[in-house]
Amino acid sequence: MSDRSAPPPPRPRTLKFGIVDVIVIAAVLGLFAFIIYRVNTVLVYNWDFGRIIPNYLFRWDSERERWVTNLLIQGLITTVRISIWGMLLASIIGLIMGVFRVSNVLFLRVLSRGYVELIRNIPPVVFLFVFFFFISSQILGPLELADQARNAPAGVQTVIRFLFGELRVLPNFFAALIALALFEAAYITELVRAGIQSIEKGQWEAARSVGLSPFHVMRYVILPQAIQRITPPLANQFITLIKDSALISLISVQDLTFMGVEISNSTQRLFETWITVAVMYFVISYSLALAFGRLEKRLKAGYR
Amino acid sequence: MPDSSEKPLMIELRGVNKWFGDFQALRSIDLEVRLGERVVVCGPSGSGKSTMIRCMNRLERHEEGTIIIDGIELTDDMKNVTAVRREVGMVFQQFNLFPHLTVLDNLMLAPLRSRKLPKNEAREIAMHYLERVRIPEQAEKYPGQLSGGQQQRVAIARSLCMKPRIMLFDEPTSALDPEMIKEVLDTMVELAEDGMTMVVVTHEMGFAKTVADSMVFMDEGEIVEAATPADFFSAPKSERTKTFLSQILIH
Ligand SMILES: Nc1ncnc2c1ncn2[C@@H]1O[C@H](COP(=O)(O)OP(=O)(O)O)[C@@H](O)[C@H]1O
Ligand SMILES: [Mg+2]
Repeated sequence: MSDRSAPPPPRPRTLKFGIVDVIVIAAVLGLFAFIIYRVNTVLVYNWDFGRIIPNYLFRWDSERERWVTNLLIQGLITTVRISIWGMLLASIIGLIMGVFRVSNVLFLRVLSRGYVELIRNIPPVVFLFVFFFFISSQILGPLELADQARNAPAGVQTVIRFLFGELRVLPNFFAALIALALFEAAYITELVRAGIQSIEKGQWEAARSVGLSPFHVMRYVILPQAIQRITPPLANQFITLIKDSALISLISVQDLTFMGVEISNSTQRLFETWITVAVMYFVISYSLALAFGRLEKRLKAGYR
Repeated sequence: MPDSSEKPLMIELRGVNKWFGDFQALRSIDLEVRLGERVVVCGPSGSGKSTMIRCMNRLERHEEGTIIIDGIELTDDMKNVTAVRREVGMVFQQFNLFPHLTVLDNLMLAPLRSRKLPKNEAREIAMHYLERVRIPEQAEKYPGQLSGGQQQRVAIARSLCMKPRIMLFDEPTSALDPEMIKEVLDTMVELAEDGMTMVVVTHEMGFAKTVADSMVFMDEGEIVEAATPADFFSAPKSERTKTFLSQILIH
């Protein structure tokens, strides 16, 4: 039957330009014009992107005679670094906790439910501070990560620096990473639970009836389908994670936002700095959204 | 059948009761199925046919009575349950193929994970049964790309890959377009000819007449009548059976 495999007809795109579009566009342009007018005439602001911003992206190292990354790019790298680790860790925690949410074992259900409710009802900043000042100083502090890393062989140090950033702020980085991952994972937990529960009863029964163990039923039949179904909201949650990662600047991890604060303080160039920072966040978030859009299409093309 | 009573008991239900909340779905069910025997179960919708055969591989838990499958008693002990499920294949009305896996992977999953066979062996078994249901050329497709009849034959092959001693069918042709029913029934007839022990819930009375060793009629959670097809169709004892047969044989 060929009509079963045929893709659904594409939704017609309206490219017609109506009166509403004209009004909306006019309003947006008007707003922009007004802001620029205010900044230029009332604040008498001299825009100066050219001399300041590029220097903070890359600077000329006269000793080594080459271009090196400067604060903004370094901040960007830290943000990307913590985002990637964060997504990885949050996915693992979210997956495990999500499976616990539908477990037959009461204790596991209570544990995961409690975790989700705890996180969902505390503001992210407060959670970060509680985690950083109480938990991580008690748990990560005695481990003396920074000292141990500094005593490691040079090769190991390079690897650590590449993976996690500057050794000096290693404890802060880990505290931030774990707090961020725990925070976002609570939302991923709920996505995973919803995904699992959306799988038809017949799939569970067929999987059980061929003698698969509960773990194998989950691993090979339920989770692959559940994850495919929750890809769009999962992508959303990852983008939220990138944006929420700005909070870690509050515990001195030198991410993009932290660098933004530094530069705007020292140069007094608030507008230029923050617009640049905003653009940089936009670029990483939006690239991720595009990448996920592609992935989703590929998954859809796979079957059905 | 006088000679079949010598054969070992494969399925044994004694005094089985099952409730859904306050509603009693099965009422003191007694049933024996011997090796190689084909039992066809029929009865009006909601009479407990599905519930009964789903108790046979513990997709449903019975509250009272005894169920022994190929010498293993079904209890809360998961070890027994898993052991039984490896011996019992089940085919569902809605096929329930795994949509994210190709046909071949659907068939290989249980041999790989449950029987822990090496990959090439699992593939061999899978291809063997795909050939038996006569769709080896569909191996690389996804279930969604197949017709209903093909999907149901894949589902039968998937169960056979576990080399079950018993096959359960729950209205395997009810979700199919009429022109596809025959290909699935033919597959089931072949299976019966090979001596598979089968319990089939179906309203396909033509199929029942050809392959059934015994007919079971259920109503309101009870087995009302059990007889050979000859007796069942020509001389039903109970009024309920007569009414049911008159309704089903008309259309
Ligand atoms: N999971 C369930 N929860 C509650 N009631 C159920 C459930 N499954 C079946 N039943 C009820 O049990 C009765 C028998 O159902 P079933 O075995 O599916 O009948 P049949 O297969 O003969 O049509 C029906 O009245 C049905 O509504
Ligand atoms: Mg039924």
